[in-house]
Amino acid sequence: MNRTNLIDHAVLILATLFMVLPVLVAIMTSTHTAVDIHSNGLFLTPAGHGAETYAAVLTRQGGFTGQVTGTRMMINSLILGVGFAVGKIVLSMLAAYALVYFRFRLATVMFWIIFTTLLLPLEVRIMPSYQVMSELGLLNSYTGLIVPLLASATGTFYFRQFFKSVPDELLEAARIDGAGPFKFLIDVLIPLSKTMMAAIFIIMFVYGWNQYLWPMLMTTDERFFTLMRGIKQILQVWVGSQIPDYNEAFALAVLALAPPVLVVVVFQRWFIKGLTESDK
Amino acid sequence: MASIQITNLSKTYPGASGPSVADINLSIRDGEFIVLVGPSGCGKSTLLRMVAGLEDITGGEIHIGDRLVNRVDPADRDIAMVFQNYALYPHMTVRENMAYGLKNRKTPAAEIEARVAEAARMLELRPYLDRKPRALSGGQRQRVAMGRAVVRQPAAFLFDEPLSNLDAKLRVSMRGEIRRLQKRLGTTSLYVTHDQLEAMTLADRLVVLNGGRIEQIGAPLDIYHRPASTFVASFIGAPAMNLLDAEIAGGTLRLGTVEIARIATAAQGPVSLGIRAEDLSIATQGLPFRLDFIEELGAQRLVHGHVEGQPLTLSLSPDIAISDQMHLAIRPGALHLFDTNTGKRLSLPESERQQIHAPA
Ligand SMILES: Nc1ncnc2c1ncn2[C@@H]1O[C@H](COP(=O)(O)OP(=O)(O)OP(=O)(O)O)[C@@H](O)[C@H]1O
Ligand SMILES: [Mg+2]
Repeated sequence: MNRTNLIDHAVLILATLFMVLPVLVAIMTSTHTAVDIHSNGLFLTPAGHGAETYAAVLTRQGGFTGQVTGTRMMINSLILGVGFAVGKIVLSMLAAYALVYFRFRLATVMFWIIFTTLLLPLEVRIMPSYQVMSELGLLNSYTGLIVPLLASATGTFYFRQFFKSVPDELLEAARIDGAGPFKFLIDVLIPLSKTMMAAIFIIMFVYGWNQYLWPMLMTTDERFFTLMRGIKQILQVWVGSQIPDYNEAFALAVLALAPPVLVVVVFQRWFIKGLTESDK
Repeated sequence: MASIQITNLSKTYPGASGPSVADINLSIRDGEFIVLVGPSGCGKSTLLRMVAGLEDITGGEIHIGDRLVNRVDPADRDIAMVFQNYALYPHMTVRENMAYGLKNRKTPAAEIEARVAEAARMLELRPYLDRKPRALSGGQRQRVAMGRAVVRQPAAFLFDEPLSNLDAKLRVSMRGEIRRLQKRLGTTSLYVTHDQLEAMTLADRLVVLNGGRIEQIGAPLDIYHRPASTFVASFIGAPAMNLLDAEIAGGTLRLGTVEIARIATAAQGPVSLGIRAEDLSIATQGLPFRLDFIEELGAQRLVHGHVEGQPLTLSLSPDIAISDQMHLAIRPGALHLFDTNTGKRLSLPESERQQIHAPA
C-alpha cells in the first residue's frame, strides 16, 4: 500500500515538474538582465531585476510609432479573448437553441452544414474573410478583429448536445408554468448550462488570446497590437548587433501566460461546482 | 375548478400507421378524480398530454369548463401537471420551483409567498423550502412536484404516473396523500397509471384503456364486479380473474366434461368463463382441481393448479387445509361469461342461472 503510494507520488511529482519547470524557468529568467541571460543561459534562481523589467515591458512605448506599450497590448489581447469567448457563447447558444427547440425544415441539414465547417480551419478562409472585412472598412478595428471569427461550430455542437440532454419534461413543465420560449431560455436553459459556458469560455478565451495570424493580417495600426505580436517583435531585434531583450521577452511571455491561467483557475472552480450541482 | 368534456378525441402521431388514441368520449364532473389505467403503450399519456396541451389534437374536442381548449396554449388552460420524473427545475430551490409558475403569471409577491407557505405546510415541505431538488429524497421531490401544482390553484390536476419512481411502501403512503389532498382541495383530477391497485384505490371513476380506445368506464367496484370484457377482467384485480374456455350446450354451461350451471339461453357454443380467485372455495364435490403450487401472501394464499387441463388460481385463507386433489365450488352469482371471439361480456340475467354444484 505505502509502496504503491510512493510510486504514485513519484510519478505525479515528476509529471508536475515536467509541466511546471519551463514556466518556472521563464519566470526566474525574466528577473535577470539581458546580458546575464545572454552569457549564462537560463536560470532557476531569482535575481533582483524583476520589477524594472516588468515595469519597462508594461509601460515603455515601443514599436515603430512609439505608441504601443505592454499594457496596451495586454488590453488588446484581453478584448480579443473576452470578445471571442462571450461572442461565441452567445452566438452558438442561440444557434443551438433554435436547432434543438424550434421545429423548422432543414434544421438537421443546417446543423450538419455548420458542423462540417469544423473541418475548415481559419487559415482556409482567411483570404476571403480578410477581403470581406477590408471592403466593409473594418480593418484596424476591434469589430473586424472579433466578428468574423465568432461563428463557432464547436460551440454550437456542444450546446446542441447539452440542450438535447435536457429532459423534455422540463420544457413541458415550463410551458405549463407559463414560460414562453424566451423565458425558458433565460430562466431554465442558461442557468443549467453554466458549466457548459464555463468550459466553452475557457477554450474560446485561450483561443482568442492566442490568435496570431488573424490579428496580424487585420491590423496594421499598432494601437491594435496584441501580446503575441509583441513577443515576436522583441525577438526580431536579433538582426541587429545588439543583444536581444531576452529578459523582456520572457517577461512578456509570463504576462501572456497569466490571464489564461487566471481564467482557467477561476472558471474551473465554477465548472466543478456546476458539475456537482446540476444533477437533479 | 371545472368539468372536462372530451368528445371523439383521437390522435395520430405524424408518421404512425394508425391512431394512438381514438374515439375517446369522456365527461369528467367538477371535482371528480378520474384514473386512466391500461397496459404500457395503450395511449394513457397521449390522452393526458392532449388535455394538457402538450400534444396536438388530431381529431375531436376538449372542453375545460365551458371553454374549447383545442388551440389553447398549455399555460392558458388553467391546468397543472405532475410528471413521472418530477421535472423540477434543478437550479431552483423548492420555494422557487413552486413559485415559478405564479411569478410568470404576474401574481403579486405577497400572494405567491402565502400560497407557497400554505402548500409547504400542507405537504410538510417547510424544512426543505430553501434546498435544491437534488438534496431531496424521491418522495420529497414528488411532494414538491405536487406543491408546484397545488400553488397554482388550477381548474384541474393532471398526473402522469407520478408515483412509479417510488418504492412500494412510499407509493402506498403517497397514494393516500394525493387522495387526501384532492378531496380537500376538490380539484378535478385526471390521473394516469398502469398500476391497477393504485387505480382502484384512487379513482372516483376508472377509465380502462386498451389499444388507444376506452374499454370501460365506471366506479372501481363496478368495474371489478362487472368487467365489460375479458381484457378488463384480466387487467383489473390481483390475481387476475381466471378465464377458462367453456361451452354452452342445451342450456348448460360446461367446462370440459364438468357441468357448471344451467343457463336459460338460446345461445350455443363456446364462451369464456371468468371466475375471480376469491369466488372459489373448497368443497366435497364440484370442479376437480389438481394442485400445482402455492404462493403465500401472509393474510391469504394463492393456490395455483388446473381444472380440466386449464390453469386456475384461487385465493384461500391460510388456515384451510389443502390437498393435491380437491373439488371446488363457485360462489353463486360470481360467474362472468364473455364472448370467446370479441371478448365482450355476455349479459345473462342472474335469475336465469342456476349453479349445479352449490358449495357444501
Ligand atoms: N412522439 C411519438 N411519436 C410517435 N408515436 C408515439 C409518440 N409517443 C407515443 N407514441 C405511440 O403512441 C402509443 C401510446 O403511447 P403512450 O405514451 O400514450 O402510452 P402509455 O399508455 O402512456 O404507456 P406507458 O404506460 O408505457 O407510459 C404507443 O404505441 C407509442 O408508441
Ligand atoms: Mg405513459
